[in-house]
Amino acid sequence: MSDGVKFHYDVDGEDFTSAGRASVMVKKTLRELGLSPEIIRKVSVAMYEGEINMVIHAGGGCADVEITENKVIIVLSDHGPGIADVSLAMQEGYSTASDQVRSLGFGAGMGLPNMKRYTDDMVIESEVGKGTTITMTVNINA
Amino acid sequence: MTVKELSERQEFSVIAMPEPEREVHGVYIGDLLSWVMGKASPDNAWITIMSNINVLAVASLCDVSTVILCEGVTLTDEIVSSAKEKGVNVLMTELSAYETAVLLS
Repeated sequence: MSDGVKFHYDVDGEDFTSAGRASVMVKKTLRELGLSPEIIRKVSVAMYEGEINMVIHAGGGCADVEITENKVIIVLSDHGPGIADVSLAMQEGYSTASDQVRSLGFGAGMGLPNMKRYTDDMVIESEVGKGTTITMTVNINA
Repeated sequence: MTVKELSERQEFSVIAMPEPEREVHGVYIGDLLSWVMGKASPDNAWITIMSNINVLAVASLCDVSTVILCEGVTLTDEIVSSAKEKGVNVLMTELSAYETAVLLS
């Protein structure tokens, strides 16, 4: 099988208002490739949550997206503070976001749970003080 | 009902309507963006009081048919331009979220 289509995006950690740029670009690409609205929604919501997390917690990072014949793989990497307790972070409603972030409507503690909900597989690799890499897979059913 | 038909009711004003023929099916009310992303369904009308630029990204990614800003909340000119560019419909009303939802029921 041939290699899939690959994209790389840098997520700017300084600019909160532009968060989502990479997700919107991916959404557009998936639409052009003719994927179903459901798959597009899953990928773009999961990726947007990841992007927001990188802006809120890690000062930015990068996103690599690969689209193959039967799946979309999203790898989000940052060099932020890492996640000390992943199972706690996965609980709906748990958040360490600041009041300023909450005033923008984020910080509900739904980011990671939404990423898991909208993907078929999610692996979190995180080391405190070094950073976090999250690999998400969305299967494309014919 | 389409977004255009909804916008013609006297309770609503149009802030941006780049896709007037989108059909409205159901309503979601919420201001916590991640919560909305997890729960809103495509083609919902999303009723909120949030008015920052991230609302457009959430509306677009969730594929809601329109955002309805309630309680007299509005958007800056810059965000209005961005809504038109991104194809996100935005209406506004002086009504509360509850009153808006009742009108849509």
